[in-house]
Amino acid sequence: MIVELGHYALILAFALSLLQTVVPLVGAQRGWADWMAAANPLATAQFVLIALSFAALTYAFVTSDFSVVLVVDNSHTLKPLLYKISGVWGNHEGSLLLWVLILALFGACAAWFGGNLPATLQARVLAVQGSIGAAFMAFTIFTSNPFLRAAFPPFDGSDLNPLLQDPGLAFHPPFLYLGYVGLSMAFSFAVAALIEGKVDAAWGRWVRPWTLAAWIFLTIGIALGSWWAYYELGWGGFWFWDPVENASFMPWLFATALLHSAIVVEKRETLKAWTILLAILGFGFSLMGTFIVRSGLITSVHAFASDPERGVFILMIFAVFVGGALTLFALRSAALEAKGVFALVSRESALVLNNVLLAVASFVVFVGTMWPLVSEMAFDRVLSVGAPFFDAAFTPFMIALAIALPVGAVLPWKRGQLGRAARSMTGAAALAVALGALTFALQTGGSALGPVGVALGVWLVVGSFLDLYGRAGRKGLGDRLRRMTRLPRAEWGKAVAHAGLGVTIFAVAAVLGWASEDIRVARVGESFEHGGYTLTLTDVSREQGPNYITTMATIEVRDGARFVATLHPEKRVYPAAGMPTTEAAIDYSLTRDLYVALGDAQDGGGWALRTYVKPFATWLWLGAALMAFGGLVSLSDRRYRVAAGARKAPRAAATPAE
Amino acid sequence: MRRLLLALTMLALALPALAVQPDEILADPALEARAREITAELRCVVCRNESVDDSNADIARDIRLMVRERLVAGDTNEEAIQYMVDRFGEFVLLNPRATGANLILWVTGPVLLIVGLGIALVAIRRRKPGPEALSDAEEARLRQLLEE
Repeated sequence: MIVELGHYALILAFALSLLQTVVPLVGAQRGWADWMAAANPLATAQFVLIALSFAALTYAFVTSDFSVVLVVDNSHTLKPLLYKISGVWGNHEGSLLLWVLILALFGACAAWFGGNLPATLQARVLAVQGSIGAAFMAFTIFTSNPFLRAAFPPFDGSDLNPLLQDPGLAFHPPFLYLGYVGLSMAFSFAVAALIEGKVDAAWGRWVRPWTLAAWIFLTIGIALGSWWAYYELGWGGFWFWDPVENASFMPWLFATALLHSAIVVEKRETLKAWTILLAILGFGFSLMGTFIVRSGLITSVHAFASDPERGVFILMIFAVFVGGALTLFALRSAALEAKGVFALVSRESALVLNNVLLAVASFVVFVGTMWPLVSEMAFDRVLSVGAPFFDAAFTPFMIALAIALPVGAVLPWKRGQLGRAARSMTGAAALAVALGALTFALQTGGSALGPVGVALGVWLVVGSFLDLYGRAGRKGLGDRLRRMTRLPRAEWGKAVAHAGLGVTIFAVAAVLGWASEDIRVARVGESFEHGGYTLTLTDVSREQGPNYITTMATIEVRDGARFVATLHPEKRVYPAAGMPTTEAAIDYSLTRDLYVALGDAQDGGGWALRTYVKPFATWLWLGAALMAFGGLVSLSDRRYRVAAGARKAPRAAATPAE
Repeated sequence: MRRLLLALTMLALALPALAVQPDEILADPALEARAREITAELRCVVCRNESVDDSNADIARDIRLMVRERLVAGDTNEEAIQYMVDRFGEFVLLNPRATGANLILWVTGPVLLIVGLGIALVAIRRRKPGPEALSDAEEARLRQLLEE
């Protein structure tokens, strides 16, 4: 009964979303205030209904209702509660329901907090948001209905893919979706602005925080996914250039570009057409990502839905929305007049450079991801494009970006002097080169990766600090530090996020350049040395988990006489799903991760063991966390809070007129 | 073919083992390092986007062993890779060769970058100075005044 209610709520929400698409749009065109105003309650109702629908599906999973096909395919009575809940979105149908839930949430936010927007703009934004919701709900209901009942309910389910039964992956999809779908907000604003034919600073002031919020979620989502791959897949890699990873990375690159160009719209009222284009492309790539994942067109670890019918449906959604928006852009973008002018050397130009580098890097990833498909279809040449290509083709853009960043960040608006900006960064450059050279001298052999990573990391982190320091007046050190604490939060957010990028770049280089590996057979009781540690395999035992059987090793790690850690790498078999997984054991620390994975029992006795020392691996996630935190700090800047306070005034004034 | 690949994939999933096995490792560390370098660039042909070096599949193990055999027999890295391409086709290369249509893949980045920067440069240069900007003559006059 509850499942049917959920099903009904979804269909009702679909009907409302159609109304939300048409009514406010007509209202805005004709200037009918009541038709425009209808968008707000519709958006709220749609969110409430989808939330009910989602709750109903969650209920079915938690109570293990095996009369629902989706629950049978993705759950099991013995599964821990956390994974019963995460199982709701750990599959194609459920993840789509989460997708539309988040979409409706963003739509409702535009209704709830958008009171300070011009009425026509808000109505049009909600109409566009409603149309995206309608398309995806139609897709869910007609091709991927999560509420279908089984004709003959079995006694137990066939369990969730064991790789997905993990805390990291339980929270990875919701964050990723909050990011993907959050970009729909920028898209709706872009399309609404094109219909209006007007983009001004108020538009920028609205689009930027929402893009920033989406970007924060996307950053956290990608970092969680990468961390999961690191500890779960068993060989300590953190990024595989898998099509599905690329599908989340491309929107991230575009969102990064967008949130920088939105600053220019907000502060200088220029680069409008370009920002609109970025907003369209950012969400376009989110849709493309959804298409890649959902169609199974490009097979990858993540593609749990491979169905041509669904692929064609999503391709149609993609074509209609992105094609439509781009056509609208071609027709209307000329009407977007730029106000501010700027010289070739200026903050604006630096942000244009940032945008060009990010956009081109994203296109390189896109071409690499799609190339096997194109090559097979057009040239009959079956080939692969993997990590070595992406490493070679993508990295130069990030290096260029990192080199240009600190100087670009201190350039003034409108017109600047390159020499002066560069001079303010002399300290950072000198320190970066010195530490890079020192690293090169200290490391024995090895690649240039480590030293370059150190230099870039120092350059970005110190450069970010100098940026703040330079903005804090010209008096003594104490006065400057005091003034620094009073700088706007946007400045702090910028510095923290940029420093986070530096930390991440350093960590990537450190892990790739300095990791050491040991592969061997060890018998129980045997000790071996690796990376200055003594590891002793003290025990291997078989144990029963809630829904799996595990082979668990016990390894004692010592550094000379000092005890470091006891590690328990595991190999699990999930009987219901019939799948094995490896659970690596990791001793995390700030300077290195000690990573042990258990292999097979060997014929001659003993166990295969892989041990890695991964220097500064923790800094990968630390850097990502810093970037996200910087975004959060920037989001809390006074100008957004003041704007939030100012919202009430026009509302109150508008009420009597209604 | 597809079905066979799928079946092989399933088989690979059913037989867990960790990527490079202890018994595969060559005694000569220099040769082993070269083998690792090569296998990181070869695709496990039944897997989804995994290198032979990372993969648990049986065929990946076979390829790893074959690569080592070729190296022991005195092949250069290129010869060993070519040996695999001869057997498994271009599909086995994770880093596609820059020949024929594949050149598109390799030149996309540089070409787009040059075009993008070119457009940006022209657009910034061509921006008409609005009322708030000074003309060249005014600018010169301003400089003159400041210097005085």
